[in-house]
Amino acid sequence: MALLQITEPGESTAPHQHRLAIGIDLGTTNSLVATVRSGMAGVLNDQQGRTLLPSVVRYHPEGGVTVGFEAQSVQSRDPKNTIVSAKRFMGRSRRDIAHIETMPYDFVDGEGMVRLRTVQGDKSPVEVSAEILRTLCRRAEDSLGGELTGAVITVPAYFDDAQRQATKDAARLAGLHVLRLLNEPTAAAIAYGLDNGAEGIYAVYDLGGGTFDISVLRLSKGVFEVMSTGGDSALGGDDFDQRVFCWIIEQARLAPLSPYDARLLLTRAREAKEYLTYHGEAPITVKLGSGEYVDLALTTEIFSCITQTLVQKTMAPVRRALRDAGLRPDAVKGVVMVGGATRMPQIQCAVAEFFGREPLTNLDPDRVVALGAAIQANLLAGNRAADDDWLLLDVIPLSLGLETMGGLVEKVISRNSTIPVARAQEFTTFKDGQTAMAIHVVQGERELVSSCRSLARFELRGIPPMVAGAARIRVAFQVDADGLLSVSASEQTTGVEARIEVKPSYGLSDDEIAAMLKDGYNHAGDDAQHRALKEVQVEAQRLIEAVSSALGADAHLLDAMERARIDTGIDALRVTAISDDRRAIEAAIDALSRDTAEFAARRMDQSVRQALSGRNITEISS
Amino acid sequence: MITLSENAARHVSNFLSKRGKGIGVRLGVKTSGCSGMAYKLEFADTALPEDHVFESRGLKVLVDPKSLPYLDGTELDYTKEGLNEGFKFVNPNVKDECGCGESFNV
Repeated sequence: MALLQITEPGESTAPHQHRLAIGIDLGTTNSLVATVRSGMAGVLNDQQGRTLLPSVVRYHPEGGVTVGFEAQSVQSRDPKNTIVSAKRFMGRSRRDIAHIETMPYDFVDGEGMVRLRTVQGDKSPVEVSAEILRTLCRRAEDSLGGELTGAVITVPAYFDDAQRQATKDAARLAGLHVLRLLNEPTAAAIAYGLDNGAEGIYAVYDLGGGTFDISVLRLSKGVFEVMSTGGDSALGGDDFDQRVFCWIIEQARLAPLSPYDARLLLTRAREAKEYLTYHGEAPITVKLGSGEYVDLALTTEIFSCITQTLVQKTMAPVRRALRDAGLRPDAVKGVVMVGGATRMPQIQCAVAEFFGREPLTNLDPDRVVALGAAIQANLLAGNRAADDDWLLLDVIPLSLGLETMGGLVEKVISRNSTIPVARAQEFTTFKDGQTAMAIHVVQGERELVSSCRSLARFELRGIPPMVAGAARIRVAFQVDADGLLSVSASEQTTGVEARIEVKPSYGLSDDEIAAMLKDGYNHAGDDAQHRALKEVQVEAQRLIEAVSSALGADAHLLDAMERARIDTGIDALRVTAISDDRRAIEAAIDALSRDTAEFAARRMDQSVRQALSGRNITEISS
Repeated sequence: MITLSENAARHVSNFLSKRGKGIGVRLGVKTSGCSGMAYKLEFADTALPEDHVFESRGLKVLVDPKSLPYLDGTELDYTKEGLNEGFKFVNPNVKDECGCGESFNV
């Protein structure tokens, strides 16, 4: 007999038509799945009652794939075929990956992103992630007793288009319908119900197993806006274990350890760390394979002392993120703690001290992101109570724009616009008779294309030949609810159209995003000047083009002296235009415009005469 | 008469307190599904004048008069089957039900 859940009044569904939706926290170290049942968000456990699924996938030599604890346990025996932290490679090319030389994998360059060489062939990070998602999906279907309507999957706030697209592709590969991708800090905030609460600034402090992220969010009118992000992609709870591990070796004066003993000791170190969260002192007693005994007691004081620098290391990105957002710590209304490592009292103290308020810790920090995703999924699947009419929106993390002449960026959608969003702008041709236009889509905050990230290029062909500036090309940017972009361009008079779904070839690392954002602020002045220079340079080129084409058509209207003066003017402008003296270029433009004014007037007269000659008055007036 | 098992009562009161409002649960049947009728299980925010209201283990169970003949004597239980968990209608009136048990016949 099927098992039922309590629904909201009037919302009960027909048999076999339950709208089952899940939230998935697809983490670097661990992943988990949650759902809302009978109005309550909860995580779904596996057969053994375990909530977390290690994000580890092993490809067996004899075929078949295992995911999770089983794969993790053989990681050291079969490192090349056991993929950990695939999330770090999502949407990344080889040169994007930090510390690639320390990883045990054979990386292969592939289209769009790296591949990992395994015994079962080259696997893309998307395929690896799909295995994790498939495992969670199966767990959810077993738990909910039916097919899923869809899932909300969380991604870090700094994930760019390529990484989001890769995540979405992984879900599709796993047979999951993605209702939405949701920023991890936003999901955590939803789990705490902050979205229903007061407007204001919130910080999300996320210390996972191997990564640290800080996000500053602003909630206004039900919309979470990511104001800034920061972090350290190589700092996490594992580093605390390592410190305890080193302390044990030092205290017990141990000789170099066998790999077995090292693993054993590292496990004991982690257990001791976790024990200290609720006790003042953790006993560490181990009998090593070498026959040596370890019998130590780790006190809170010692632990605080040996890990103090790690705690402080997390505060630097916090300060930076606040500075990027232009805020002081006391402007923050609430701090949400995410990630198992935030259970450590030392972390909670440091955060409380920095912000001058106690952080929110009453939800399980390992689960909070998945719970928020589940709540969002439940709403998106249509299981909402009658009086719940809130709509949650997210924002795009970096501005999207186009390259225009001179390598400048014309921003079409600015950073922090709420999504979904669609904006269009009109552009025109630069040369007479131009029949195609290259559209180069870029992402970033800087004014120059070379400082932004290239996302896609495509061409609009079949523009009818017209004089420069006459064509009207409408370029529309559309970002869907997942933050994925499609761009279309159409020539308005003829309706020729070209479009592209942006599947960027590679993405940005979080450090790069942070660096680009910071650059944007630091170089705002430089960029403005540079932009002004580029603009006059483009204007100079345009004028040279226009005059040259006029000379080609109507040189007979000029006498030799006039012609010589214009030629000199063009040459002079051509030379100054490549310099970076804005004023000189402006002066040369003015000079050439003056010298060609008479020429332009004569051309105008001539074309009027041509238009009128040979036709009688009735034809013209009709 | 409709009752709640001890397990069901614990979960209902848990869900109600988490939800923050509601006077109890509403049970009902509606015609649909592969075997003719399907169960309805909802939070109840208001009692209608015609509702039958039962008290079981300190919780209110509401049933509309049309559904009562099909449900009378039912005990609502909460069970786990493998990974799946949820509420189950233990209904003495049922003659047969579809394979999944989501709809039934009396």
